Amino acid sequence: MSGDSSAADVPEADSRPAPSEQPAPEERDHPEGRRNLEGIRIDPVLEAEHESRRAVISALVEDEPGVLARVSGLVSRRQFNIESLTVGPTTVEGHSRITMVVEETDPGIDQIEKQMAKLKPVISVGEVSGDAVTAELVLLKVEADDPAAVHAVTEMYDGRTLDAGPRTITVQLTGDEARIDDALDAFRQFGIIEIARTGQTALARGDTPTAPGEKPGTAGEPTTHDD
Amino acid sequence: MSDTAAQPRDDEAEDPDDAANSDGSAATDAGDPTDADGPAVSTGAESVVAALEAAGAETAFGVQGGAIMPVYDALYDSSIRHVTMAHEQGAAHAADAYGVVSGEPGLCMATSGPGATNLVTGIADADMDSDAMLALTGQVPTEFVGNDAFQETDTVGVTRPITKHNYFAHGADTVGDTVGEAFELSRAGRPGPTLVDLPKDVTQDETDETPGPATPPAGTDPDPNADPDAVEEAARAIEAAERPVCLFGGGVIKGDASDAARTFARTYGIPVTTTMPGIGSFPEDDDLCLSWAGMHGTGYANMAITHTDCLIAVGTRFDDRLTGGIDTFAPEAEVVHIDIDPAEISKNVHADYPLIGDAGRVLDQLTAAVREAPDAEAWRERCAEWKETYPLTYATPEDEPLKPQFVVEAFDEATDDDTIVTTGVGQHQMWASQFWTYTEPRTWISSHGLGTMGYGVPAAVGARVAADAMGEPDRDVVCFDGDGSFLMTMQELSVAVREDLDLTIAVLNNEYIGMVRQWQDAFYEGRHMASDYTWMPEFDKLAEAFGALGLRVDDYDEVAPAVEEALEYDGPAVIDFHVDPEENVLPMVPSGGANGKFATAEDQL
Ligand SMILES: Cc1ncc(C[n+]2csc(CCOP(=O)(O)OP(=O)(O)O)c2C)c(N)n1
Ligand SMILES: [Mg+2]
Repeated sequence: MSGDSSAADVPEADSRPAPSEQPAPEERDHPEGRRNLEGIRIDPVLEAEHESRRAVISALVEDEPGVLARVSGLVSRRQFNIESLTVGPTTVEGHSRITMVVEETDPGIDQIEKQMAKLKPVISVGEVSGDAVTAELVLLKVEADDPAAVHAVTEMYDGRTLDAGPRTITVQLTGDEARIDDALDAFRQFGIIEIARTGQTALARGDTPTAPGEKPGTAGEPTTHDD
Repeated sequence: MSDTAAQPRDDEAEDPDDAANSDGSAATDAGDPTDADGPAVSTGAESVVAALEAAGAETAFGVQGGAIMPVYDALYDSSIRHVTMAHEQGAAHAADAYGVVSGEPGLCMATSGPGATNLVTGIADADMDSDAMLALTGQVPTEFVGNDAFQETDTVGVTRPITKHNYFAHGADTVGDTVGEAFELSRAGRPGPTLVDLPKDVTQDETDETPGPATPPAGTDPDPNADPDAVEEAARAIEAAERPVCLFGGGVIKGDASDAARTFARTYGIPVTTTMPGIGSFPEDDDLCLSWAGMHGTGYANMAITHTDCLIAVGTRFDDRLTGGIDTFAPEAEVVHIDIDPAEISKNVHADYPLIGDAGRVLDQLTAAVREAPDAEAWRERCAEWKETYPLTYATPEDEPLKPQFVVEAFDEATDDDTIVTTGVGQHQMWASQFWTYTEPRTWISSHGLGTMGYGVPAAVGARVAADAMGEPDRDVVCFDGDGSFLMTMQELSVAVREDLDLTIAVLNNEYIGMVRQWQDAFYEGRHMASDYTWMPEFDKLAEAFGALGLRVDDYDEVAPAVEEALEYDGPAVIDFHVDPEENVLPMVPSGGANGKFATAEDQL
C-alpha cells in the first residue's frame, strides 16, 4: 500500500446498520414449514414420501449416429437409476425404439421422460402402461453333469436347448421378468457358468400405441438392424 | 505452420477458377435478404458462410487453424465481421456475451483438436446459463476420423453433454442447411449452445447446393402460451396470497420479458426478488425490488423468499446457490413456476402451478387473468422493514485498506444506467452484483451456472463489439475482475487494443483468490493452501505493455479520478485497484443452509 490512508481519504461511514450490527440468524423468525428432497412441501397431515418403482419407458427415436450415446449419456449424467436399455428398429424406416426399464420415484420417472424428450433425435417418449407386454431373452450356459434334469427344467420354462456338449449345455429362455427370475432360480442347482441377457423390451397392449402418438409404418418386419 | 502442413489437402479447392467463381457471386449476393435461396455457392465452406449470413449472423469470434481454414477462407468475402481472439476460450466467452447483449446467437469458431477443446469451457458456460451460441469447429477429413489423425478430437463426443444439440457435418451439399438449423436451434425455445463439427473435406468439397431458409428442427420451438386453465388456477392462487413474492430468473431476460414482468409486479403490488442471472429484469431502485436472493443475495430478498406463501418464479431452474437447502427453501409457499422448458418444472422445487410457455407471453396471460390484487399491504411493509434492517453496507475503518465495494459504487456513480458490467468469478463478482444498482436487462453479464474464472475480459470484448454493432458506441463497458480471474484470460486485452475497443477493466486486486481464502477462513481453519496470490504481476504495467491505459489505485481519494480517466480514455483501460485482502462477501448463506439464516458476520458461518 502506498502511504497511510488519512481520515480525510476514508469515505463517511454509512449511517445504516453495518452487517455485524444486523440481527444474527437466531434473532430472526423462521418458518415452520419444510420441503422434502424432491422439493415438495411436506404436508404434516399427509406426509407421503415417494417410493421408487419399476417403470418401462419407451422412446421412438430417429435412427441417426450417436442417438444411443445421447440417451445413455443422459441417463448416466443425471444419475437415473436404470436396469436395462434395449434398442431396435420399428415398422417405420429410419425410426428406432429404445426401451428402458428404470427404478425411480414418480417425479424421477417424470424427469427422465422430460429430459429424454429434449434430445433432438427423440420423436416421442412415454411410460408404457403397467399392463404392457414385456419380454427378455436370456442365454444360459450350465454344467452338463445331469443332462436329463437340465432338459426337464428347460422344458418346464418353455426354453430351447441351443447347444449340448459333454461339459456344458446352453439354453435360451424368454419371458417377462418374473418368469425369467423363476427359471434362473431353477437352473442355479446345475451351476450356471455364463449368462447373457438382452434386457426387457416392451409393447403396449391392444390398440394403445407404445410410444405416445406412434403410428405404424410400412417398413414391414425388419429382418436386419445395424446399430 | 506445422499444423496445416500436416493436413491432407484437397488441391481442387485451391483451384483458381473456383475461387474466382465464388468471389463474384458470393460478394454481390451476400447482403440481399430478399433472395430466399441465398447467394450461389461453390464449396461446403461457402455454403456454411451463406447459411450464417442468411440467418443474420453479423459477427464471429475465433482462432484460425488447419481444419477450419476453408471456412475462414470463405469468410474472406463475407459481410460477417470476424474478431480474432487470443485463445479459443476467449472466443467462446466473447460470443456468449455478444449474444447476451445483442439478443442474437453468438458465433465462435475454432480448428479441430486443441482449438475445439479450448472452446469447451465457454460452451459449458453458455450451456449452464442457457445462452444462445453456435460453435463451429474444424475436423480432420472424414476418411481420417477415428484414426487418431493429427489434431483429431472427438469434438461431438466431448461436447455432447454441454450442448443443446451438436452435429457432425456429413457432406458439402447439406452442410449449409445443418449450420442454419444449428443456429436457429440455439435460440429456439430455451436457448443454449449448439455446435457443428466440420470435417475439412466437407468444407472443401464442391457443391452448388445453396442452403435454404433456416428453421429449427421440428418440435424444438414450443408453444409460447401456457394452458389457459392452468393460468386461471395460478391467478386464483395469486389473488388469495397474503405474502406473494416474484422471483425473476435469467429466463425473463432471455425471453425479453422484462416489460411484462415489470407490468405484472407493479399492477398487483407484488414485491420482486431476482436470481443472479435475473439481475436487471426488474429495476433495483424500484420500491418493490428486493434485489437478488441466494448465497450472497440481500438479507431482505432471502427473508422474503423464506417467508412467502406464494412464490411466482419465472424463468429459473432453482439452482442450489439460489435455494440453499431445498428443505428450507420457501418452505411455506405455493409455487407458481413459469418456464419454457417443461423439464425444469418440479425438477428441484415442486411446482404447485406449472405454467409452461414463454416468460413474456405467460406473464401477460397472468396479468390479464388476475382479477384483483392480493391483499398484501402488511406484507409489503414487512419487506420494507427487512430492507431497513438488513441493508447492504460495508464498514470503512480508517486503519483498513481501500474497500472493493467502494470501487464498485464509484463506477456505478460515474456511469449511466445502460452501462454493461461483466465480471470474473469470485468475491469481486459478488461485490459487482451487490453494490451496483442494475435497472436494465442485458446489462449484467456474468458466469453464473458454471462460475468460470476468466469470463470477464473476453466477455467485455464481446459486449463491446455487440454494443458497437448495435450502434451504441456511447454505452460504457466495465469489467470487474479479480486478480486470479484476470490472470486466466487477460491475453484478450491484446484483442481490445488491436480492435480499439472502448472498455474499462477494474481489477479488484486482493492478492488472493479471495473467495477461496474466505472459505478457508470460514471452513478450513484459516489454512491458506494455494490461495495466496502475492505473486501477481503489476497489472497497470502489464496493461501498458499490451498497449492499453494502465493505472494503479491504492487509496480512496485516487478512486474517482482514476475511474474518470479510465472511462474517458478512448480505448481499453485497466485499473489495478489494490483492495483490502481481508474483506469478505456478506451476507452469506453457507452451502445447503437455510436462506433465512444468512450470516451477516464471519463468526456466524
Ligand atoms: C476456472 C476456475 N477455476 C477455479 C475456480 C474456483 N474459484 C472460485 S472463486 C475463486 C477465486 C477467484 O479469485 P479472483 O479472481 O482473484 O477473485 P476474488 O475472489 O479474489 O475476488 C476460485 C479459485 C473457478 N471458479 N473457476
Ligand atoms: Mg482476488
